[in-house]
Parts: sequence; C-alpha cells; structure tokens
Amino acid sequence: MMGIPGNWRLRKQRYQLAGTRCRDCGTIHFPPRQVCPRCKNRHLSDFKLSGKGTVYSYTTIYQTTPKFQFFVPYVVALIDLEEGPRITAQLTDVDPEAVTIGMPVEMVLRKISEQGERGLIHYGYKFRPRLR
Amino acid sequence: MRPVAIVGVGQTPVREHWDAGLRELAVQAVWQALDESGRTSVDVFYVGNMLSGTLTGQEHLATLIAEYAGLAGVEAVKAEAACGSGAAAFRQAMLAVASGAAEVALAVGVEKLTETSTHKTTDGLASAADADYETAMGISFVALNALLMRRYMHEYGYRKADFAAFVEVAHRNAVHNPNAMFRHPVTREQYERAKIVADPVNLLDSSPIADGASAVVLTSLERVKEFPTVPVWVAACEVSTDTIALDNRENPLWLKAAEQSVRKALKNSGLTHRDIQLFELHDAFSIMSALSLEGSGFAEKGEAVKLADEGYFAIDGTLPISTFGGLKARGHPVGATGLYQIVEATLQLRGEAPHSIQIPDARTAMAQNIGGSGATIITTILTKERL
Repeated sequence: MMGIPGNWRLRKQRYQLAGTRCRDCGTIHFPPRQVCPRCKNRHLSDFKLSGKGTVYSYTTIYQTTPKFQFFVPYVVALIDLEEGPRITAQLTDVDPEAVTIGMPVEMVLRKISEQGERGLIHYGYKFRPRLR
Repeated sequence: MRPVAIVGVGQTPVREHWDAGLRELAVQAVWQALDESGRTSVDVFYVGNMLSGTLTGQEHLATLIAEYAGLAGVEAVKAEAACGSGAAAFRQAMLAVASGAAEVALAVGVEKLTETSTHKTTDGLASAADADYETAMGISFVALNALLMRRYMHEYGYRKADFAAFVEVAHRNAVHNPNAMFRHPVTREQYERAKIVADPVNLLDSSPIADGASAVVLTSLERVKEFPTVPVWVAACEVSTDTIALDNRENPLWLKAAEQSVRKALKNSGLTHRDIQLFELHDAFSIMSALSLEGSGFAEKGEAVKLADEGYFAIDGTLPISTFGGLKARGHPVGATGLYQIVEATLQLRGEAPHSIQIPDARTAMAQNIGGSGATIITTILTKERL
C-alpha cells in the first residue's frame, strides 16, 4: 500500500492530469512517459489534459477491498479523453444505472480512497457527467 | 536450438489446501514429475509463482522449494509474469535445454492463495495491473475484465447470457478431471442467476481462488531415450507483451500479444491453425476466452461467443478448449496455471487423459497462458511426434 512519498510523487498526475506530449509525432500520453510509445522519441514536453472525455466502457463494482468499501456500489470507467489518451477512473455524482457508453464526462477532484480511520486519505481525479 | 521434450509431469489437485503450504504443494508436484521421468536430480530448476511474497511473506522461493525437494545445490530461480508465471518458468526451462546449457530442466508452478483473507488475495491479484493508474483507482482484476466484457457486448451486440457456453464447456469437462476444483456441471439457468461481482461479470464468469502446483521435466533429443516415458515435444513456446494497462491499448478488445505469440509459435513450428486439435486457453474470465480465441486467430472478431454457443469448442467440437476444465473449473492457482495447462496438453498427447475428455488421436495441442489483462501472453505448442 502506497505511503506519503508515493502519493506526493504522483501529485501532478492525480490533481492536474499532467501527461506528456511527443515533440516529434505530437502524440499525447497519460500517464506521462519518458519514451513515446509510438515513435520511440525521448524528447517529450509536459502536457496538461483538459479532463473532458467520453465513456468507452464501464463497470459497477459490488465487491471490493476495504480501501474502497465506503463507495460500494461504484462505477469505474475507461474514458476516452479529448486529446487522445484513454484513462481508467471512477465515475462520481451519477446513478450507476444512468451510465452509458459514449456519455460525455469531465474530471473533478475527489477522495479516491482512505487507509483506515487514522490513515492517509488519497485525493485524485474522478469523472462526472459533463456539466460545462 | 535443440529439440526439447517433456519426459515427466506432475500435479496436485487444485483445492483449498489448508494443510499444505507453498513448499509442500510444490514438492509434491516436483516429485511426481521426477518419479515419472526416473530421475532424482536436474540441472536447472525454475519456479513459476506470482504472489508468494505478497500473500505469504516468502520470496527467494525457488531456493526454498529446491531445498525442500531434496535438490539443494541446484541452480534455482523464480519466474514472475503475473498469471503467466507458470508458462514463463516453462519457457526458461525449455530455453535452458534448447540452448545446450542444461540436459535436464524442471519447471514447477505453485501458488497458495487461500492462506490469507479474500481481500488480501484480491488486492494481490490486482497487482498484475498498473498499480499507480489502474488499481489505485479502485479497480479489481474482475473489474478490468468487466470493462472488456461490457465493451465487447456493446460492439458486437451480445447479451450477457450468450457467454454461458464457455462456462458450460469448462464445467462439463472438469467433471472427468480428478484434479479439478469444481467437478460439477453448470446450467444456463445457474449462470444467468449467478451473483454479480463487477457488472456484467458474475461469479460463474470468474475462475476460483485456489491452491495448487504443477511440474514438468524437460530434456534434449540426445537424452530422450534415457527416459522411461513417451516423450511429448515442445514444438514452440513463444512470449509477447503488450501495454500493462488496459487503457493504453489502441483496441482493448484485441489481444495483440496473443496474435504475436501465436504467429511466432506457428512460424517456428511450421504448423497452421488447422493443425491445432485442442486449445488449453486462459479462461480466467469468460470474456478472456473470447478475446484469446479471436486474438489467436481461431475466430473472427466478435465471433467467438457465437461459435461457443454453436458447440464449436465443446469436447467433441471442432476445437475443444479447456479439456480438463480450464481455469474456470479446474481452478486457477495463478502462478501454477500455465504449467497445469502444459501438463494437461501433455496428457492429451500421450493419450492418458480420462476417457470422456480424451481427444481422439491427439497429435498437436496449444496452450496459452495470459498475465494480467493481456499484457504478457505465452503460447506453447506441443506435439506427439517430433517435427
């Protein structure tokens, strides 16, 4: 289970959807990479994703581990972001029955999990039906 | 590279083995295989295992097992590729013999999943995925398969009930396998009523958490006559990898690593799809059966579920799958699974499978072991005659 340094390391990705963009072929990646998987170029720049996308697939989870028990039943989705990358994230502020493939969603910052009553609380991206 | 043959196999029943730990299970399978091959020592010793460190606090596993098998001193190392660990260990053993570095090699897969809470095991299994970007978001291994199944149903217009055939086939075959965990048939009605784990995946789509060990002894063409068993030949054993995270694949419904490892295996053996008489596939979840069959070239995109429903993959069908019950009904002790598949394929080619599940005149078999949601795929082809 990840401790404080691990969460600190991932803060830009978790809070800002910080990815990378290949300076050669223009491919945008999330998570950030050191090598472009498309053209093997190693000259990449930081790229912040807009957080807008559509649902590619989804599942409602009924059985999970204690870390996520608080949220059951919750929806996890694969989301196609507008800039290209596909991302795995929870959906929030939505009735699981109302989720559909192709539904427009946007990123919000939420509590992702907690390590027990006295442990760390992890924050990061979730996605909700698009309002804006 | 030299031709390599399987000259000994061993397996424990797949069960919740409350009285046996990793070493007891592995040693049992190791000595069954050694006894068959008439040997008391090997040159190299590979262990396939995924979660010994995570679940039982035991790493340095190969050395431990070698010692308790009475083989202390032998070169021993563990191979890990999530649920593909068993076949990964097999490939290392095969390469050791093929290269001439060893004359006799042993590969044993072992897993102990029932010694801790189900939650801890579920978390452990999820470590096959990307820890920072998949599991950290609350996704389980079941959920990854659910995402695939939902998209598959969406793209190809299937209903949930259409997947029942894969579950029926596996359970029907397992009835005849004394080492299988679930030796009872499952009806369509039971499938449709089963409890949902991560929608649309239900309990009967999922392979069970189990303990077990399975082993093979390998040797070279030069030495094969020294062994009392009828050899089964390793025509090919090939590995390909894909992105670790499902979301990074251009088309998550296409197992590129299946396509590539099968292509390499067929090319290296000079065989074609038509030569494959049975396929021990990685049916950890019903959807994985469909994706494996399609990626491997045994069904067109979106057709595998339809073919399954028509009986194509039944024991008397065109391409029997999961002939001993598969991961679904024989059980899925993850790091041992790849070697169970290879042991079962070997028994088929020797003509030693239980009567009701013996494929008549079996000469060529394929086994495919998958790590993660398709990130590591190891395809093995075994033959009765040396090619």
